[in-house]
Amino acid sequence: MNIHIKKRLYVLLVSVVTFLIVGKFIYDSLVKSSIYFFSPTELRNITEIPNGKIRIGGMVKKGTLKKISNKYTFVITDYENEITVNYMGIKPNLFVEGQGAVVEGKLETRINLTASKILAKHDENYMPKEVADALKSTGDWKKKYGK
Amino acid sequence: MFSIFNTKSFKDFHDHYIFWIKIFFLSLVIFGLIVSLFLSPSDYLQGDTVRIMYVHVPASWLALQTYAAMSVCCFVTLIFKIRIFTIIAKSIAPIGFTFSLISLFTGSIWGQPTWGTFWTWDARLTSMLILVIFYILYILSWKVISKFYLAEKLSSIISLIGLANLPVIKYSVDWWNTLHQPATIKLMESSTIHSSMLTPLIIMFIAFLSFAVIIFLIRFKLESLNMKINSNK
Repeated sequence: MNIHIKKRLYVLLVSVVTFLIVGKFIYDSLVKSSIYFFSPTELRNITEIPNGKIRIGGMVKKGTLKKISNKYTFVITDYENEITVNYMGIKPNLFVEGQGAVVEGKLETRINLTASKILAKHDENYMPKEVADALKSTGDWKKKYGK
Repeated sequence: MFSIFNTKSFKDFHDHYIFWIKIFFLSLVIFGLIVSLFLSPSDYLQGDTVRIMYVHVPASWLALQTYAAMSVCCFVTLIFKIRIFTIIAKSIAPIGFTFSLISLFTGSIWGQPTWGTFWTWDARLTSMLILVIFYILYILSWKVISKFYLAEKLSSIISLIGLANLPVIKYSVDWWNTLHQPATIKLMESSTIHSSMLTPLIIMFIAFLSFAVIIFLIRFKLESLNMKINSNK
């Protein structure tokens, strides 16, 4: 191999290694600080309740979504812990019971949150309605998706 | 080793086959759009909104793959100083840039009816925006720096730095809690999409890919001619 190519390869290798080490530190701090949302269980485990806005994600518990005039109350669950959410405003179309959601708002107590924004989360499964209905009627839905 | 990579063979390929690739692309994209917009079923949860996927997903894949290809070319440029790879990288950069913009744009159109927001700073969306910024930096470095050798070197370094962002985009949905759903089509496991929706997706991907090839061949010819003019000065 040409000596110049060898030299350039060394320079690149050294810079890649340095870059990776720096990247590792950036990644570590990002993982801690840039949490998009907490799950109810993660929220239970943090020591102090954050003052500002906080996002919480999980499933909208079945049978808990209630509407009184334009106020919604529902329970966000991760099947271990739950948080009751109050919300006033318009809800997205996909925001239904049994589906994922992310709520943004202020934590009143450890299990109570007043949301200023709700976002619906959908999962990575795509299928026609007929297939979904067939899966649900045979009971394979629970086996596959656990809901 | 690099004997097939000479400017002439690319230009010959362009001159001989560009017409047929265009025909292939046109027929495929018309067929793909008919299948994905009219014939494929609507989703059980999202209804017809899911059809945005047939543009969004192929565009996102191509944005990432183009960047990877561009970075490989930049690596060869930096280490082995083979000019043709500079031309290849320079010609495919705007293609990937356009696809990443399409991906962001269709993504926010899709996000509004499903999530309830056009934009949110979750890991997948943010890392995709960083990819767009790296494309802009790469293209700008060619425009701003007038000295050819400096521009060649700096743009390649920018491209290689941005390469670190690719795994972040790919795995952002696994590493962080994101609003964006995890990957549907996986390399190792079975996909969580019904085959009647996977088929139009694949057709659209091949159509987009052939479009990228067309633009690449045209741009490659242009860039290599450009470079010849500049070197004669």
